[in-house]
Amino acid sequence: MKILVVDDEADVQPLFLQRFRREIREHEFEFDFALSGEDALNYLHDKHSEVVLILSDINMPGMSGLELLSRIRHEYDEPPPMVMMITAYGDEENHRQAMERGANDFLTKPLDFNLLKEKLKTLSK
Amino acid sequence: MDFFYFLAAFLIIRRINKSLKFSILSPKWRTMLSTATWVIIVGYFATTFTLEDSFQHLIGSAILAGLIYYGIRERDFAPQRSYLLANAPLAIVGLINFLFQAFFDGFYDKYEQFFNYAILIAFAWIFGKWATSRKQEEELRISTERRAELESLVQERTIELQKQKDELQETLQELKTTQAQLIQSEKMASLGELTAGIAHEIQNPLNFVNNFSEVTAELIEEMEEELNKGDKEEAVAIAADIKQNLEKIMHHGKRADGIVKGMLQHSRASSNVKEPTDINKLADEYLRLAYHGLRAKDKSFNAELITHFAENLPQANLVPQDIGRVLLNLFNNAFYAVKERQKTADAEFKPKVEVTTLLKGKSLEIIVKDNGTGIPDEIKEKILQPFFTTKPTGEGTGLGLSLSYDIVVKAHSGKIDVKSKQGEGSEFKISLPV
Repeated sequence: MKILVVDDEADVQPLFLQRFRREIREHEFEFDFALSGEDALNYLHDKHSEVVLILSDINMPGMSGLELLSRIRHEYDEPPPMVMMITAYGDEENHRQAMERGANDFLTKPLDFNLLKEKLKTLSK
Repeated sequence: MDFFYFLAAFLIIRRINKSLKFSILSPKWRTMLSTATWVIIVGYFATTFTLEDSFQHLIGSAILAGLIYYGIRERDFAPQRSYLLANAPLAIVGLINFLFQAFFDGFYDKYEQFFNYAILIAFAWIFGKWATSRKQEEELRISTERRAELESLVQERTIELQKQKDELQETLQELKTTQAQLIQSEKMASLGELTAGIAHEIQNPLNFVNNFSEVTAELIEEMEEELNKGDKEEAVAIAADIKQNLEKIMHHGKRADGIVKGMLQHSRASSNVKEPTDINKLADEYLRLAYHGLRAKDKSFNAELITHFAENLPQANLVPQDIGRVLLNLFNNAFYAVKERQKTADAEFKPKVEVTTLLKGKSLEIIVKDNGTGIPDEIKEKILQPFFTTKPTGEGTGLGLSLSYDIVVKAHSGKIDVKSKQGEGSEFKISLPV
């Protein structure tokens, strides 16, 4: 299962790779990264069929995660990828907007990787 | 005719007596003067009724001359000196009278009338002199009085002015205190705006510290497992990851540390110490703080941040927290302007804030540009004035730009230039000498 992680902080990349070390080695998951919403759209433009799940931060300079979500829902509906939003501001407004725009899930930072792992494993089955 | 000498002598005593009346010298001379008066009166009657004519002249003029001589030499009578001298002709005429009467009897008898005239004239002379000197004295008295009056007026004015000066100085001191308080409260206000941004900025590195520590603990377990299995190669790979993670933990720990330090610096009363500063770093730091500060308040707000940082810039000698405040203020304004424009603009509008640093000749320039509402021409002149604000009451102190002006222009000998077009955006350029 290919997962695209969108976050402007580059250091989330080694974090994901190490957290899912075993799963990656066993080819259970595969991770790709984008540093901005624009990056993510470019990536999807080429490989949207491969990506099953998108994990996106909401607070990013430039295009926000919510905007990215709207674009994805608008442009890639066949097959629709799963989108999970992540934010440091776990407030009602962000949650409501994410759900309204069609997010599949809503996570708050700091990420509970064990919980995320479980969620991903249920999805991949 | 000897009557005139005694009268003149009598008048001299009287005059001296009168002039000493209210002076501290009065007790010293009182007895002597009244004795002299009596001596003169008695002397007159004694000479008139006992001596012949020529000796009357001699005694009379001698008494008068003696009195003049004594009076002139006495320092206490100095103010009367000119009056005393006015009596001298009479004494001389008296002496001449006596000489002619005693030795040229015939000549005297023939011209007696003229000798008598001479006495009268000499006597009248005294009063002529006395009148003029009185007039002069009066004038002197008036001018002395006038001067004293003026002096007291001047003194009065001086006291008044001194009082006014003291009051002004006090007011100035109060104003200075108030200004310092205002600056501090403006600082605290902007710190308040920053808190959310700072919290976010600290939360991020802290999350990394937590996440990386957690994953590192896991990695160590895994490494143990691999070692037990005998897969040395994998164990070494994991060790490399662990090392990298520890570096990341350190990096993010330092990042949080730097933010807290920056915050403390911002809140502290300015130390005014200039130090070599990396402008790019400073601008970046405050841009993020301002952005996240605003985001924390309005979560739907989003703007594109574009930085054009010139590389290899020389370090600028400045007070970092002061210039930081200036930048923070400019960024806050820029974000506010794009946010305001977004309210009325169509969906195509993309809020954008750009920061550019560059070296131009001998000055460093920091340019903060936005595509917000812009500044109408009619208020362009006013934006640097203290307490001028376009924000609703309670949202802005109106001190931001005026303090920025003070910091840049007065404290750093720099310049602030403003370019703006209503409906298109604004550009603030800070130039600082290297």
